[in-house]
Amino acid sequence: MMDKHREAFREEAHELLTELETALLELERMPSDEEVIGRVFRAMHTIKGSGAMFGFDRVAAFTHDVETVYDRVRNGKFLVTKLLIDMTLSARDEILKMIDDTEQGETEDNAITEAISRSFRDMLLAPETPPSVDVPVDVSVDATGDTGQPVIDAPEAPSVDEREVTYRIRFRPESGIFTSGTNPTLLLNELRDLGPCDIIANTDSIPFLDIMDSEVCYTAWDIILTTTQDKNAIRDVFIFVEDNCDLHIDVIDDSNQTDAKPEYKKLGEILVERGDLNANELKTVLDAQKRIGSLLVDSGMVSTDQVQAALVEQQHIREMRLKRQASESTASIRVPAEKLDNLVNMVGELVTVQSRLSQLAARFNDLSLIQVAEEVERLTAELRDNTMSIRMLPIGATFSRFERLVRDLSTELGKDIVLNTEGAETELDKTVIEKLNDPLIHIIRNSIDHGIEMPEARKLAGKPEQGTVNLSAEHSGANVFIRISDDGAGFDVEAIRTKAVEKGMIAPDAVLSEKEIFSLTLTPGFSMAKNITNVSGRGVGMDVVKKGIDALQGTIEMVSKKGVGTTITLKLPLTMAIIDGLLVQIENVHYIMPLAAIEECVELTREDVASAHGKHIARIRGEIVPYIRLREMFMHGGMAPAIEQIVTARIDDVRVGFVVDQVVGQHQTVIKSMSRMYRDIEHVSGATILGDGNVALILDLPKLAQHAEMIEKQARHD
Amino acid sequence: MSKVIMTVDDSASIRQMVSFTLRDAGYEVIEAVDGKDALGKVDAQALNMVITDLNMPNLDGISLIRALRALPSCKFIPIVMLTTESQVEKKQEGKAAGATGWIVKPFKPEQLIAVVKKVLG
Repeated sequence: MMDKHREAFREEAHELLTELETALLELERMPSDEEVIGRVFRAMHTIKGSGAMFGFDRVAAFTHDVETVYDRVRNGKFLVTKLLIDMTLSARDEILKMIDDTEQGETEDNAITEAISRSFRDMLLAPETPPSVDVPVDVSVDATGDTGQPVIDAPEAPSVDEREVTYRIRFRPESGIFTSGTNPTLLLNELRDLGPCDIIANTDSIPFLDIMDSEVCYTAWDIILTTTQDKNAIRDVFIFVEDNCDLHIDVIDDSNQTDAKPEYKKLGEILVERGDLNANELKTVLDAQKRIGSLLVDSGMVSTDQVQAALVEQQHIREMRLKRQASESTASIRVPAEKLDNLVNMVGELVTVQSRLSQLAARFNDLSLIQVAEEVERLTAELRDNTMSIRMLPIGATFSRFERLVRDLSTELGKDIVLNTEGAETELDKTVIEKLNDPLIHIIRNSIDHGIEMPEARKLAGKPEQGTVNLSAEHSGANVFIRISDDGAGFDVEAIRTKAVEKGMIAPDAVLSEKEIFSLTLTPGFSMAKNITNVSGRGVGMDVVKKGIDALQGTIEMVSKKGVGTTITLKLPLTMAIIDGLLVQIENVHYIMPLAAIEECVELTREDVASAHGKHIARIRGEIVPYIRLREMFMHGGMAPAIEQIVTARIDDVRVGFVVDQVVGQHQTVIKSMSRMYRDIEHVSGATILGDGNVALILDLPKLAQHAEMIEKQARHD
Repeated sequence: MSKVIMTVDDSASIRQMVSFTLRDAGYEVIEAVDGKDALGKVDAQALNMVITDLNMPNLDGISLIRALRALPSCKFIPIVMLTTESQVEKKQEGKAAGATGWIVKPFKPEQLIAVVKKVLG
């Protein structure tokens, strides 16, 4: 490609040199004709510029001196003399020779070119004809010199050994920046490519719409950038706008300061350092007792945007330092699980004590006590989160165990099955993982046993002989989804239905959705084994799985298509030790409902009850919701208040209401298991100690709903 | 739709090299041999960017930039000047006329593309 361009240049140079010759001869006749001088200069200029582009470096270097002389001539600093014309003509011939010569390689006529060059240079050194200010002339030409070229290969440029430095870049473009064709967002994007970057737009100067000029740039930006590139790389981003903007680049953090704490400067200090605020102003304001940010804004010394920008800087540095520390101390220590459990227990107690403290503080209404209580609350919450995260383990270890299971089982059954796992790094609470093991084994066994067909059958069905079981885990909010899917035979909806009717679980004319039919398989006593396929086997009832997942506060969802496969999704809470609960009250007894399943709380008045004609049904947002009166279920005596509360929850995709006297509020619930004596009590999954030292039972909402349904059915049968 | 870039240069070889490089990178290229020629071709098609030499007969680069900036269609587009001069004055003169940036000759095709990406996005 380059050769083609070189050839094009050579042709062009020949034309230019011919033009140069003509122009020079004309110039001799009219030594002061500016137009002709311009032509000479331009010819030289183009030869030099294009020559350098296409690798004719010697031509470029040689022509440079000649061009420089003519630049002076053009500016009226030199007069055109016969000598100059002679010199230029010989120079022109030399250039022609050089251009043609390069074909054979480097020329040996260095002596001649040297001589010509020298005479031009001498001319430059000699006093200028019309005496004027002596301008220092740069006679050396180096093609790669500091020409102000944007450093294009910046990414490859030797950066300082991966040292991460954080810069504060304040960029305020001139108001007319748009009319130079500059798009500031492109510059910001370029910065983003350099490293983790927080950008805050300062919009204080944007005027009201009626006086705003849409062609004017009113915005300034503060950018906090952490990068391994040096300052010059950042300057290069702004190379074209350097003169048209107010640009400050300061180092505000350096990874060499490894001992630095994640705490960065205080907000006030940052503002002072940036010059947005002076130290005295800061001091006056600091004496007051409000959040400094809002105070400063209130007092009008800085704008909200400026404070925001400073806060972002603080945050950015904090995160960077934390990350750095994390990477520096990757070493881990092994701790017996028991110690961890103890820690969690203690944190649990601490949470309890803390909420008592908060209650007390609130009751005494003593400011200093409240302050301490709030501090303790904050610390406790952090401690809790940290402790919980220690207990998190990747699910990968469990996954790998199943590979063996699949291998052994499929060989035994004469099937060819491969297990794919995904999301092995997903973290879950240790206890959840432990309790998840059995349900997962059941599900996978079912898939292998009943789901995936024998190789011959698969071949007949047009599927690959090798069956696949996919096992995946992923985080979503406070939940983890575990998906087990196979490409086997799938559920036979009709068969399940027939069997269910046979067993008297559903009425023959019951209208059930596919989902409802699938969920029938989770009912105790419903065995798919003998009904759907005829593989004699372990006949593991899915109800075992259901029980296990329920114990983990999780839910099961099944999707299946006959002949295509089955996917079972388990939705599990991240942790079991502490949950978010809703504290409710009936008479003077407290209960906790796991918040995860709860949708909303609405009032239930006596009129509502009356209008439902004795049925336990409420109309909530146009939907009929059956409800359970916990007051009756738990046999509290006394009268219900005039206005009760329905807490609605979604259980197995059905909305169910639970009626209580009063909803107290959200409550961080440390789950305590019940002693062995109470372990078999249904409807209650555990207990917790409230702030005032009382015990509240944690309700098992799905069980309660099931129970109510059973009673309902019995009532109907009677 | 690919972006349209106009290259203005009196040197055919530079024009060729610029066009080749830009077309290779997926841009559409319009060539003009000097400022006057460029102004005549502006209306024919909406331009996304202009790359112009400074020293040209008929109408030089600086005057071209000024003329382009006066046109509503070219008021905000990036205009990059090609310059052999490393002198500050020339660059400043160009910037004052409304140039977005510059490329110093000699340059490599990669450098050209990098600058185009920088100002055109």
